[in-house]
Amino acid sequence: MSADGATPVSSAAAAAGMRKDDPVLVADGVVRRFGGLTAVNVDHVEVESNRITALIGPNGAGKTTLFNLLTGFDTPDAGVWTFQGHDLAGVAAHKVARLGMVRTFQLTKALSRLTVMQNMRLGATDQRGERLWAGPFRWLWKDQEREITERADALLERFKLAHMRDEFAGSLSGGQRKLIEMARALMTDPKLIMLDEPMAGVNPALKQSLLEHITSLRDEGRTVLFVEHDMDMVHEISDWVLVMAQGELIAEGTAADISGTQAVIDAYLGAHHDVDLGAMSDAEAIAELGLEADVLDPAHDDPGQEDRR
Amino acid sequence: MNWELIFWNALYTAINAAAAGYCIIAAGLNVHVGYTGLLNFGQAGFAAVGAYAFSIPIVEYGWSWYWALPLMLVCSVGLALLMGLPTLRLRADYLAIVTIAIAEIIRLFLNSTRFTWLTGGTDGRNGWTGFFEDLNPIDNTARYDLGAQSIDGYRLFMMIVGWCLVALISLFIWALMRSPWGRVLKSIREDEDAARALGKNVLGFKMQSLIIGGVIGSIGGLWLSAQKQSAQTGEFATTLTFFAFLIIVLGGLGRVKGPIVGTIIFFFVIQFVDNILEQGTRTENIPEWIVDSNNFGVVKNIVAGLALALLVVFRPQGIFGDKREQVFDVR
Repeated sequence: MSADGATPVSSAAAAAGMRKDDPVLVADGVVRRFGGLTAVNVDHVEVESNRITALIGPNGAGKTTLFNLLTGFDTPDAGVWTFQGHDLAGVAAHKVARLGMVRTFQLTKALSRLTVMQNMRLGATDQRGERLWAGPFRWLWKDQEREITERADALLERFKLAHMRDEFAGSLSGGQRKLIEMARALMTDPKLIMLDEPMAGVNPALKQSLLEHITSLRDEGRTVLFVEHDMDMVHEISDWVLVMAQGELIAEGTAADISGTQAVIDAYLGAHHDVDLGAMSDAEAIAELGLEADVLDPAHDDPGQEDRR
Repeated sequence: MNWELIFWNALYTAINAAAAGYCIIAAGLNVHVGYTGLLNFGQAGFAAVGAYAFSIPIVEYGWSWYWALPLMLVCSVGLALLMGLPTLRLRADYLAIVTIAIAEIIRLFLNSTRFTWLTGGTDGRNGWTGFFEDLNPIDNTARYDLGAQSIDGYRLFMMIVGWCLVALISLFIWALMRSPWGRVLKSIREDEDAARALGKNVLGFKMQSLIIGGVIGSIGGLWLSAQKQSAQTGEFATTLTFFAFLIIVLGGLGRVKGPIVGTIIFFFVIQFVDNILEQGTRTENIPEWIVDSNNFGVVKNIVAGLALALLVVFRPQGIFGDKREQVFDVR
């Protein structure tokens, strides 16, 4: 919904994009268009360091697109953003990851035909053995490999995947894949970890332990930014919530603040969810929708208009 | 039917110097397709560069082998860059299109009458294998018996050295693929976005893979031409690439042993079927309505193709592949 002043969005939008004391990620004017559709149009957003920040919004709000833009997997039409003071606009995805800003994917990307341990080892950065010239000579990298393996074993233990260590990652369950993706991302020792729907397809039993894992990330000094639809989870663990709708950041605050905000309710349910447009005359409906009269085709008295706009 | 002769013929075809050349070419392709997931359909182009970039300077400009060899390597790296730079950013299908096109351009260029002064045209390039002949400690022209087969000293030498080369290259590939470098290649094969998200320079690794596999393919192409003492463009048609694909699929994609096992099986089956049909038509053991002496070449390909297809259907992981890997859905 556009903040053109006529809709009730504007009052809450004032709070959206507020300054933080210690932002780790700051983005300005990030715009991404797909043809005529503006998928992301974020004026200003900051992510506070050492906090768990949730990014919520209805389907198609542009959450994942924003993730892709910030991590270099997609290129915006406009905008600048910095991570710990590093300018990241136009920086390739792998360099973003090396700076300490690592993401996971909505559809998990466990590397099926590598073992769980190989998946983990892959996550380690600055591996000498990854250089072509050093590869064939094991003595050049075996010490580092041993150190990486120890770190990986510790993480697998923590994420309760140790028993799967030597299995192909393809044999893991959906929930375990979420776990290994998170554990693998931790191998890079990220400052900011961005989780795209970490709870999707995870059974309730595993959910609780995932929540604990995410909280423990903050407790060890990392920043977490995650996209989620599960509002219970958002309420339970997030310190701060960003709300997007139709590509824009429309509100932010603590989970408790957010649930009462008119703009958020409107974004999820539609601004006119509690009025029956069909029972009104054309003129009344137009006034309720806050539209110019000529926007509507007078031939149609269509109560579904708002939803489709 | 003379089964002994058929067997020795088939065995010889499976292990001769030409087979070693094919094996090296397939090993290079295995680095691309099997380990990195790069659909290179232009491996014949690398092989052609290997043969011609080595032979042309020797024949035409009188270079010695120790200058021609580095030139050959440089050209093959250059070809990898040419193929890779515009396409490695794109999806795998685009690489397939570009590689097959470049390989055909190379072959047509080598074949064209306009550049005969350089490439020898349809005659190919001859008289550049003196280096190998001098290197041979045994008599190049003497005959040696291999079962029912009899081959000359040069072929025997090229066969033995060829398979030693196969062993060396396989060892090199094995050492590379067990390293963290090889692990990154495999992760790119599985999902390159995942590798990228973990800070791996996917483009750089793909390029390195294309270069390594391409240079290996060039060495194989050089061997293929050197063992017949002539560089011929007909050798480097797209069928060469498809044979190499068949070989690595048979032996098991992404397996160090794959190209070796695949080569031996592939050429053994082809030659075995060929000889049975040939003898069968000659001795009229096979009724003429199935196959006669005019069309047995075609029938050979049909039967051999069928045999290979059955092998792939019933052992999709290849002879040495890990059955477990097949369980997981691979895009």
